[in-house]
Amino acid sequence: MSGSSMWEAVSGIIRRDLLLAMRRRSDAAMSVFFLVIVVSLFPLGVGPEPAVLRTIGPGVLWVAALLACLLSLGRVFTADYLDGVLEQMVLIPQPLALLVGGKVVAHWVISGFPIVLLSPLLGLQFGLSGESLGVLVMSLLLGTPTLSMIGAIGAALVLGVRGSGLLVALLVLPLYVPVLIFGAGAVTSSMAGIGGEANLSLLGACLVLSLFLAPWATAAALRIALE
Amino acid sequence: MSTGINWLKYSSPQAFYPLAGHLIPWFACVAVALMGVGLYMGFFVAPTDFQQGEAYRIIFVHVPAAWMSMFLYVVMAVWAGIGMGLNARLSFMMAQAIAPTGAMFTFLALLTGAMWGKPTWGAWWVWDARLTSELILLFQYAGVMLLRTSIDDVRRADRASAVFALVGVVNVPIIYFSVQWWNTLHQGASVSMATGSKMASTMLTAMLLMTVAFWLYSIAVILARVRCVMIERESSPVWNDEKPAVIQETVEAR
Repeated sequence: MSGSSMWEAVSGIIRRDLLLAMRRRSDAAMSVFFLVIVVSLFPLGVGPEPAVLRTIGPGVLWVAALLACLLSLGRVFTADYLDGVLEQMVLIPQPLALLVGGKVVAHWVISGFPIVLLSPLLGLQFGLSGESLGVLVMSLLLGTPTLSMIGAIGAALVLGVRGSGLLVALLVLPLYVPVLIFGAGAVTSSMAGIGGEANLSLLGACLVLSLFLAPWATAAALRIALE
Repeated sequence: MSTGINWLKYSSPQAFYPLAGHLIPWFACVAVALMGVGLYMGFFVAPTDFQQGEAYRIIFVHVPAAWMSMFLYVVMAVWAGIGMGLNARLSFMMAQAIAPTGAMFTFLALLTGAMWGKPTWGAWWVWDARLTSELILLFQYAGVMLLRTSIDDVRRADRASAVFALVGVVNVPIIYFSVQWWNTLHQGASVSMATGSKMASTMLTAMLLMTVAFWLYSIAVILARVRCVMIERESSPVWNDEKPAVIQETVEAR
C-alpha cells in the first residue's frame, strides 16, 4: 500500500469530521460554553480575592479544560458506531490505528483547539499576568491533544455500553492526572518565577507517547466493540 | 512421571478447576504461618526505630501491601495480555480474579500509609507524588472492575477490560520511581537489589516474610476466586464435583 493512499484516507476522515462539525456548529460550541461557565463559577464560589484567584487559576482552568474534553468524548465515535460507518472503517485496507488518529485530530480541532484559543481570556479573569498567560496557552496546546488521544481509548472501550457517559469519566480521568499535574504545574511554576519549561517538556513527552501508543489501543478497543 | 507434566493441559478451565482446588489449602496454610511469624518478628523481635519510635512498625504491613498492589497490577496486565494474544479464556478469568485482591492491597497500602503518616508527618494525607499515583492505581483497579461489570457480553467485557488494564500499566513505573523522580515527602526505598538494605536485619527479615506471606495469600485467594468465576461462567458445570482421575494422579505425583 502506498503512503499517499494512507494519507488520503486519513485526511479524508479529518475533512469529513470537520465538515460534519461545521454543519452542526452548536455541538462544538457547547463544550466551549461549558468551559466558560465552569471557570466562571469558581470566582463566585470561592470569592473574588485576586490573590486566591491567581493561586487557584491555573488548576481551575486546567480542570475545566479536562472536563470539557471529557464531555465531548461521546461525539468521537458514537455517531459513526450507530450508523455503521465505523464498521466500514474497520474493513478498509488502511490501518485502523491511522484512521483513528485522523478522527482524534479532528476531535481536537473541534473541541480542544477552541479551548486553547479561549484560555488567555479566561486566564485574565483569574488575574494571570503576561508571561503566565503564554505558558498557559503553551501548556494547553501541548496538553489538550494528549487529552483527546487518551480520551479516545476510553470512548472506544465504552461504545454502546449502558451508562457509558459516567463510565468513560471513571476510566479516563485517572489517566488524565499526569497531564493535569504537568499542565497546571507549568503555569504555577512560571508564576513562581522558576519558568515552566520542565513541565512543558514533560507535557511534550506525554503527547509524543500518547501519539505513538493511544491510536493502537483505541483501534484494538474499537475492534472489540464491533465484534 | 518421567515425561513431566503437560502444563498446557491446565490452560483449560476444566483441568485447572480441580488443580486450583488442591493448591488452595497449601498456599493458604503457608501464608497464614508466615504471616504469623512475620507479624511476631515485626512487632516483638525487631528493634524500635530511634527516629520514628514504635510507629514505624506499620511498615511490616504497609511496604509488602504496596509492593503487592503494584506487582498484582502487572500480573493482571500480563494475564490480560496473554488473553488478548492467545485468546485464552483462563487468562481472562485470572485477570478478572486478580483485580479485587489488587484493589484490596492498594487500599490497605493507602490506609496503613495514612496511619503511619499521622504520627510521623503529622498529617493523614499529603498530596505527594507517590501517594497520588498509588491513589490513581486504586482508581484504575476500580475502572477495570467497573468496565467489566458494565459490559454484559462476557467476551467483550474480558477484552475491553484487558485493553484498559494494559493501558494503565504506564502508571506502575511512575509509582515505583516517583520518589526518585520527584523530590517528595514520601521517603525513598530502604531496600534495594543493588545496594542491599539500610535497616536492621530482623526488620528486613520480618518485612520479607510478610511479603512472601502476602504473595501466597494472594495466590490462594485468586485461585479460590478464579474457581468462582469459572462456576459463574459455566451455566452447567458438570465437572465441578468430579475430579478426572488423570488430574488426581498428576497432583499426587508432584
